[in-house]
Amino acid sequence: MALSSESIRNVPTGPSRKGPTGIEPARVTAGQPGSDKGTVTLEGDTARIDARGIYYKTLNEQIREALDLGARTVILDHVNGQRYIGAGLHAQGVTLVVNGVPGNDLATFMDGPTVIVNENAQDGIGNTMNSGLVVVNGDAGDVLGYGMRGGRLYVRGDVGYRVGIHMKAFGEAHPVIVAGGRARDFFGEYMAGGELILLGLGESDDALVGSYVGTGMHGGVIFLRGTVAEHQLGKEVGVAEPDAADQARLEEVVGDFCRVMQLDATAVLAEPFVKLYPYSHRPYGKLYAY
Amino acid sequence: MTDHFRRDADSAARGLNRIGEADRRSAVRRYGGLPAPGSRVPDMGPRPEYSAEAEERILGGCGLMGVCDESGGRMSGELAVRSMASMHDRGNGLGGGFAGYGIYPDFPHAFCFHMLYTDDASKDDTEYYLARHFVVLHHEPIPTRPVRGIQDEPILWRYFLEITDQRLAETQLSAEDYVVHAVMDINAHINGAFVASSGRNMGAFKGVGFPEEIGQFYRLDEYQGWTWTGHGRFPTNTPGWWGGAHPFCLLDYSIVHNGEISSYGINQRYLEGFGYNCTLRTDTEVVTYLFDLMLRRHGLPVEIACKALASPFWKDIDLMPDDQRKLYSALRMVYGPALLNGPFAVVLGMGEGMVALNDRIKLRPLVAARNGSTVYVASEESAIREICAKPERSWMPRAGEPVVARLAEGVNPAASRSGEAFEVAASPAAVA
Repeated sequence: MALSSESIRNVPTGPSRKGPTGIEPARVTAGQPGSDKGTVTLEGDTARIDARGIYYKTLNEQIREALDLGARTVILDHVNGQRYIGAGLHAQGVTLVVNGVPGNDLATFMDGPTVIVNENAQDGIGNTMNSGLVVVNGDAGDVLGYGMRGGRLYVRGDVGYRVGIHMKAFGEAHPVIVAGGRARDFFGEYMAGGELILLGLGESDDALVGSYVGTGMHGGVIFLRGTVAEHQLGKEVGVAEPDAADQARLEEVVGDFCRVMQLDATAVLAEPFVKLYPYSHRPYGKLYAY
Repeated sequence: MTDHFRRDADSAARGLNRIGEADRRSAVRRYGGLPAPGSRVPDMGPRPEYSAEAEERILGGCGLMGVCDESGGRMSGELAVRSMASMHDRGNGLGGGFAGYGIYPDFPHAFCFHMLYTDDASKDDTEYYLARHFVVLHHEPIPTRPVRGIQDEPILWRYFLEITDQRLAETQLSAEDYVVHAVMDINAHINGAFVASSGRNMGAFKGVGFPEEIGQFYRLDEYQGWTWTGHGRFPTNTPGWWGGAHPFCLLDYSIVHNGEISSYGINQRYLEGFGYNCTLRTDTEVVTYLFDLMLRRHGLPVEIACKALASPFWKDIDLMPDDQRKLYSALRMVYGPALLNGPFAVVLGMGEGMVALNDRIKLRPLVAARNGSTVYVASEESAIREICAKPERSWMPRAGEPVVARLAEGVNPAASRSGEAFEVAASPAAVA
């Protein structure tokens, strides 16, 4: 049954007050729609925006305005939960610094810039991202790099469920996700291309990775620093020891991650990795064909 | 009229509502004191009008939060409202609600019924019913203020109720069972009346609107509670209506829920066998009743109850050490029909504290944090940071692993059970 929003809103439930009367609830958080603008200060090519209480739409507009005025670095202070920061931003040599917890879909569709988050981040970072770099200096949530098409995502700490789901690669476009901590279930689910690297650094009671690793995977490669049991794996992935070419590639990517995170790459690379690869690039090709 | 409709009427007719049966008989015989001259004898026959607005199951993707100070420190409801306001965009204004615990220190032991009435007739009928079966210590309109965006609200009234020992002896029910029967009766049989909450020293405040509008409307800034839960709704299959907003409550248990319960049919059938009538046309309702069944009536530790609702997969049970395998196999066999399938994140508020739980493969967001004695949970970390800028610890709970906040002993004298955390792994013999 198709219902217009108006008819839903007007379901009669009582005889009392009718019509839009009364006070408007105060706007007390950044999550409530509003057109308040954040204070912007521009010094040289660095802009600072106070994002406290600023709705995500306005904040993203102000970021673009600052870049139009010539800023190359935009520092966002007091961010809390604003979604879509850096969404669709197409620029080279530009850096966004996020102080606070950014909302979902950070850097979605982003093409080129660098985003540095100095706190934990939420779900959906790098959704369909094209190119650029996202660095999270804390933990991050679920569904990172969903359908990611290029660029890099570095997370210092742990990541959640379904990281790298449906990542893909074509030609020059080659997405990479590196997480320094641990990951939960469905790591690399339906992965079609690119690289997922999990380092498991630091002390933790948690397993390196959860279950259903690489379920439906049909492209790309996963490297785990440590071991994984057979029962943790999806049916579509095989396990191998990295060969010389893989090792060289690990040294390059993990080396870059360690440089950005200021970690000792030699120590990180001293531990053995395992490589997970898809058995087939078309695992369900015969699912419905007898 | 749907099949669901008739099925509920059938289950009532099978005599699952003992108070209702007794009332129907007494109403026919006209004995016993009527509450006041001119009061109407309730017509317990036809189905409530409100159901017509919500005949289909409610599915949704929503936002939720919960906060509990284990030491019993009481917080303003404004805190919960602010946290929910930060997740404004998760809902669409067709449902918002809150549950507060420890908010009625003047009546800590009375069952407080928060009622939603379509009209005066439903109020008269319900008041007749309440006066017959309870001692009404106090009753009053639920205080509200006009808020732009909140309209067409039902009549909102609250009652502080006690049950006489004589009544309990006559019906041979515990006070809690007595209240459950009364709630089922009112929801199933009194036209246009709906019980929003029925617990001790707690209440649910819900309706159609964004959560911050609902919080303002119900003047939640004027209440102090040691546990608060909140919800912003995004209904996808049914109209937003006042009774369909979260939380869904029975006794001290309240549930806010993001997701959908795909196993609703099985759960509902199972619950019917225990006398629970699912009358509210929403999947979330079964979660509340399942917790009431397992925690209160079956006396399960909350960790075990959560493992029945979001049980480990058989393939994982096979890998467990012997004692745990025995425990989880038994749990899955005994409580198979209580298994919740589908994506969900729920926060259970209860007299003893608060519990947050995800489905088994984490299909809905949930983040937890702790600062001192206060435990926070929410759909987004930013909603926690909104009310606690720097928690000592924040983490993402594992799929199917409950986050439990327990009130210290003696904080809530009305809590039916209290005590130590139950170590699932360490005490497998408890159930085996």
